Amino acid sequence: MAIEVRDVNKSFGTTPVLRDVSIDVESGSLTALLGPSGGGKSTLLRVIAGLEQPDTGTVHISGVDATRLSPQRRNVGFVFQHYAAFKHLTVFRNVAFGLEIRKRPKADIRKRVMELLELVHLEQMADRYPAQLSGGQRQRMALARALAVEPEVLLLDEPFGALDAQVRKELRTWLRRLHDEVHVTTVFVTHDQEEAIEVADTIVVLAGGRVEQVGSPAEVYDNPANPFVMRFLGPVTEIGGNLVRPHDIEISADPQEGGTAATVSRIVRLGFEVRVELRIDGKDAWVQVTRSFADQLGLKPGDTVSVRPNPGARSLALAAV
Amino acid sequence: MTTDVAVRPAPPPGPPGGGARARSRFSVPGGTALGLGSSVLYLSLIVLIPLAVVAWRSLDEGPGYFWRAVTTPDAWAALTLTIGASALVAVFNLVMGTIIAWVLVRDRFPGKAVVDTLIDLPFALPTIVAGLVLLALYGPESPLGINLAYSRAGVVLALLFVTLPFVVRTVQPVLLELDKEMEQAAASLGASPFQTFRRVILPNLVPAMLSGTALAFTRSIAEFGSTVLISGNLPFKTQVAAVNIFSQIEGDNTTGAAAISTVLLVVALVALVSLDFLQRWGSRRG
Repeated sequence: MAIEVRDVNKSFGTTPVLRDVSIDVESGSLTALLGPSGGGKSTLLRVIAGLEQPDTGTVHISGVDATRLSPQRRNVGFVFQHYAAFKHLTVFRNVAFGLEIRKRPKADIRKRVMELLELVHLEQMADRYPAQLSGGQRQRMALARALAVEPEVLLLDEPFGALDAQVRKELRTWLRRLHDEVHVTTVFVTHDQEEAIEVADTIVVLAGGRVEQVGSPAEVYDNPANPFVMRFLGPVTEIGGNLVRPHDIEISADPQEGGTAATVSRIVRLGFEVRVELRIDGKDAWVQVTRSFADQLGLKPGDTVSVRPNPGARSLALAAV
Repeated sequence: MTTDVAVRPAPPPGPPGGGARARSRFSVPGGTALGLGSSVLYLSLIVLIPLAVVAWRSLDEGPGYFWRAVTTPDAWAALTLTIGASALVAVFNLVMGTIIAWVLVRDRFPGKAVVDTLIDLPFALPTIVAGLVLLALYGPESPLGINLAYSRAGVVLALLFVTLPFVVRTVQPVLLELDKEMEQAAASLGASPFQTFRRVILPNLVPAMLSGTALAFTRSIAEFGSTVLISGNLPFKTQVAAVNIFSQIEGDNTTGAAAISTVLLVVALVALVSLDFLQRWGSRRG
């Protein structure tokens, strides 16, 4: 294991932010800490980096107890949401910072920095200052700076949070490819479930300072441990007291076995996808179907239909609380 | 006569010319002309013309007279004392002002708000009152038993008192705005607290430290009120340049007074320009 966190508790004043958190991060993996704001994910990342001290519990990095080690002795690369660029240094000197601290020979530093700048596509920008770069470029520089010292683990705190949607998507794909190339154990924090599912091998869902579930993107999406995880990872709707993904519902004009009667209240066409909005016993629900299937059914508002969770779907209903 | 310089914000560290582009993009041509015109007119009336008159008057009797006026033993002694004491005060302020700003921004202690307000007091007080207070505290009847009256140490003390706020007030806002995550990034890259201070914090503070020091120095060489009482104005010993100028005017030697004023003016200008140059050089080098 690259990182082992055991029974970590942390409070700010009287507010607990981490409660008995234990996670394992496999060597070479790309793990997302996913959860709502205030769920404790950034704090957990900062505890791993040594930027916060846990009240109780331990952190092991590559088998070494790092709980009481200062950040500069952990050999951890950290990338901040707002870049934390050294404003007074050029891109080159920013990336070289950790190597200069380690007193590497000048020629080695130059070689390594240029390699990294090539890796993050900033080789043309070496002599610029951070203020002359775009947000996406600054974040790539910060990543190169963190990678320069060959860290045991790379930690990214909402790395794309300050960027606009387009750049965010590009960098996401790019980070995934970079990880496939560099293979450094990476943990990143995000509140965007799409980002976590697209980029990570493993997702750790954190809420209210607790680990709600750990698993591959498919596992947490398809087999959520509880209604919270299910709601957080994707769209849900409620049928017959069960939480179901709207695309895992069978809908038919005739009554079907185990089906619930519903009235169509509205049909929304969103290109390929069609949302059928329903009323069931005075409650709202909705079903997602393809356009061709909707056309085949020929539904219109006021129709009565029968709906039931798809028996083949793994996302089988949880008792709604 | 004082050569007060308007407090200008320290230029942010970073690439030279980086901001120029941003500025020109939003400028309105007509508005700029009006703004520039009124600024130049105002500066001319308030600063440039009076200063030019002083320099002009100093040469009324020719350059030979100028040189003799400046190098009379009492004028020369006053000038060297003033410049020496001001340089000492500037360096002291550079160090202590930065430490005080650091404590006010980074440390927590009871009564911080009060201390923060006290910093401005030497600036707000009429300087002659400052002189009275210092004479009462460190004069011949000092309740502390420290008598600095009529000594050069007294002059330095008075200058330190009135110039306290400059470095503190220029460094403080920069330190407040300094990105804490920059320091955390340095730590995670392996820098010790000292290395982080030297390589990350200090380079970001230097421009502000230097402007504060320049202001403290130029203010010191022009100081009159606070030093006039505690120094006793002993020629060749504790008389500062501003007081010497005053006594020249009383002795009806306005040309001599203007000559000494011009020297102070040039020294102030050289100090401001060279510190500005140092800043630019420093920010380019990083």
